[in-house]
Amino acid sequence: MKPRQQRMLAVGLAAAGIAIATALALRAFEENMMFFVDISEVTEGNYPEDRNFRVGGLVVEGSVRREAGELEVNFDLTDLNSQLTVAYNGILPDLFREGQGIIAHGRLDDDGVFVADEVLAKHDENYMPPEVADSLAKHSAAQDAVIEAEEATQ
Amino acid sequence: MIPEIGHFALILALSLAICQGVLPLIGAHQGDSSLMAVARPAANGQFVFVAIAFGCLAWSFVQSDFSVLYVANHSQLALPTVYKISAVWGAHEGSLLLWVLLLAGWTVLVGRYSSELPEAFSARVVAVLGLLSCGFLLFTLLTSNPFERLIPAPADGADLNPLLQDPGLAIHPPLLYVGYVGFSVAFAFAIAAMISGNLDQKWARWTRPWTTYAWLFLTMGIALGSWWAYYELGWGGWWFWDPVENASFMPWLAGTALIHSLAVTEKRGLFKSWTLLLAITAFSLSLLGTFLVRSGILISVHAFAVDPERGLFILAFLGIVIGGALALYAWRAPGLDSEAGFHATSRETFLLLNNVLLIIATALILGGTLAPLLVELFTGAKISVGPPYFEIAFAIPMLPLVLLMGVGMHSAWRSQDMGPLMRRLKVPAIIALVLGIAIPIVIYGSGSVLLVIGVIAAVWIMAVSMIQPVRSWRRAPGTPAITRSVLGMSIAHFGVGIFVLGVAIVSAFSVEADRSLVAGDQVSVAGYEFELRSLQNVQGPNYRAIEGEVDIRKNGEFVSQLRPQKRTYLVQQSPMTEAGIDAGWNRDLFVALGDPLGNNAWSVRIQYKPLIRLIWLGAFIMALGGMVAASDRRYRLTAKAKQPATELSGEPA
Repeated sequence: MKPRQQRMLAVGLAAAGIAIATALALRAFEENMMFFVDISEVTEGNYPEDRNFRVGGLVVEGSVRREAGELEVNFDLTDLNSQLTVAYNGILPDLFREGQGIIAHGRLDDDGVFVADEVLAKHDENYMPPEVADSLAKHSAAQDAVIEAEEATQ
Repeated sequence: MIPEIGHFALILALSLAICQGVLPLIGAHQGDSSLMAVARPAANGQFVFVAIAFGCLAWSFVQSDFSVLYVANHSQLALPTVYKISAVWGAHEGSLLLWVLLLAGWTVLVGRYSSELPEAFSARVVAVLGLLSCGFLLFTLLTSNPFERLIPAPADGADLNPLLQDPGLAIHPPLLYVGYVGFSVAFAFAIAAMISGNLDQKWARWTRPWTTYAWLFLTMGIALGSWWAYYELGWGGWWFWDPVENASFMPWLAGTALIHSLAVTEKRGLFKSWTLLLAITAFSLSLLGTFLVRSGILISVHAFAVDPERGLFILAFLGIVIGGALALYAWRAPGLDSEAGFHATSRETFLLLNNVLLIIATALILGGTLAPLLVELFTGAKISVGPPYFEIAFAIPMLPLVLLMGVGMHSAWRSQDMGPLMRRLKVPAIIALVLGIAIPIVIYGSGSVLLVIGVIAAVWIMAVSMIQPVRSWRRAPGTPAITRSVLGMSIAHFGVGIFVLGVAIVSAFSVEADRSLVAGDQVSVAGYEFELRSLQNVQGPNYRAIEGEVDIRKNGEFVSQLRPQKRTYLVQQSPMTEAGIDAGWNRDLFVALGDPLGNNAWSVRIQYKPLIRLIWLGAFIMALGGMVAASDRRYRLTAKAKQPATELSGEPA
């Protein structure tokens, strides 16, 4: 094969391969990406329907409840502004505990309970998932602003 | 005192690295031998001083000198000595020091075994490595000094992260880093070739063994990391598509492409500029991996250093190295390519396809890894990309790759007549089809389309990889034996087949069950009966634990007893799951304790993992193949020829 044809073959093969791969990969990407949604947004009804998304926040103290001896567990998650009940049927991660920042994957059921298929807590005591930290900061700042505004009007 | 010696040694190492990086380049440019001769002694000296610094840090750990901040944060008195030593690279500062040490080590080896190379060329290679070392030493000294003091010293340290207190993790980072850093040698060869404007087949022959060694260490490092994640993270997965795993996997894919592209450059003098680009890419991805891990910019269990200053430094360094290399490439590479041709069906074509597919895989994984970052940057939305994306994105290019691999490795250079080749490959193809359908259905009792394709691909690669070794073994006396290159290739490809078989079977037939059990309960999973006999408290050197005693029976016959633990490490008060695993060549049985659920019940995860060992075995066979190939006679001849020369040039002016 002459160098020019050779190069055209190479370019042609590469282009065809990349086009097919990109098309399939984009589809897979579309199906498997999950949005992180603030808990306040979820409780206001702004969340992607019919697909999984992620929520994150602090586990409310004293909110972890389960029937003794059962795997099924419920707990409340807060972004310091709103609360969301999470239901999970499985083994919680080692570092899951009340007061800790965690992330859950799943979707909202008709009763407004977030049914998680995965719960993540990071392997570091002091580590706060960045999305959770952002979400907390945003909502506690908003709360402060509301309090200030109320104080100012009084 | 010891830490100050270490700190001072690092500064001296930096001074030598500057000499090593600058003077030989000037010398090579002006043809000044005395300046070029600085390269090797400077590199050797740099290595000595970095080794002293490393030794000082290790000594501080062994002595539990908690007046050193890094030691206080990552060790404690009761930590077993072996983990005190591995704690040196257990976190950011020390692992960076390990990186610099390994870079200096590779440089010394390159200096030692490159005296057969033209003087100016080897001087440039060592100089480029010296410049890289400067960057990393500056990074260490300016942002991540491991010798920083903590006054007053605490009575005890904060302990090493319990996850890292494990033999697998003691050796995983060094192996991985040897591989990562090893690609810097291929990178330096590429830069030196572009500076000199001369790239011939000899260049590829010099570069090949270095690249193969780096690749095989990276292969082992990744496999060990996967194995560690399997038994230590507690939940039985072997690959999570975590950003940090991807960070080590992308250089591996690019490095694999580079090895194959180098083969064409060596044998046929083709793909030169492409090979250069791959050498730059493989090393850039290693650096990018470091950036991703160290900046904490992506969310990951590994990202222990969430520090923007460090991230910025690495980003700038990355910009200089990659930008500089690509600029040099744009300037010099166009003049390098030769005009030799090859037929549409030839080994060159198949290797080209190999490269295209591997680079597609790399690009898709890179895209998925960086997508959360880019989406947040441009839209503010926070997304994550789930493992299924990576599985699909990886399978798309890999399936054609493994199928074409069998044809490609038996094709001739320049031109291959497909008729005779197809006849030769008929038998392995039939074996693959028969076993590919039979194995899932006869042994495991079912089979999906995807699974059957996977097993066919696996058997196909294994069968075609045996053709050449078997033919050589049965050859008539007097005919030439198989070369180490071909044997190594056959072994490595056989390893790919083993790996693919393991992945296919594990993905299809793993059984996982989360159960609530009290002592005395029995549960049946995948034909095995698991009985939780008791739960008791046990005491370790720096932890206490609840230990379950689980008996496993099959058809009433005793198989094994496992003792999974839920540990609490005393200093950090952090819980850790220590799984109980009964490993076998054909299956693993895996039991992990979850949490107390009340009423004396515990959540327990039980798993059955068929052929999971083949995944790591396959990776180690690949690495073994690399070792055999890199020991081929033609590389050894050049190594021998230069031994006396080393003695002479070892004593420069």
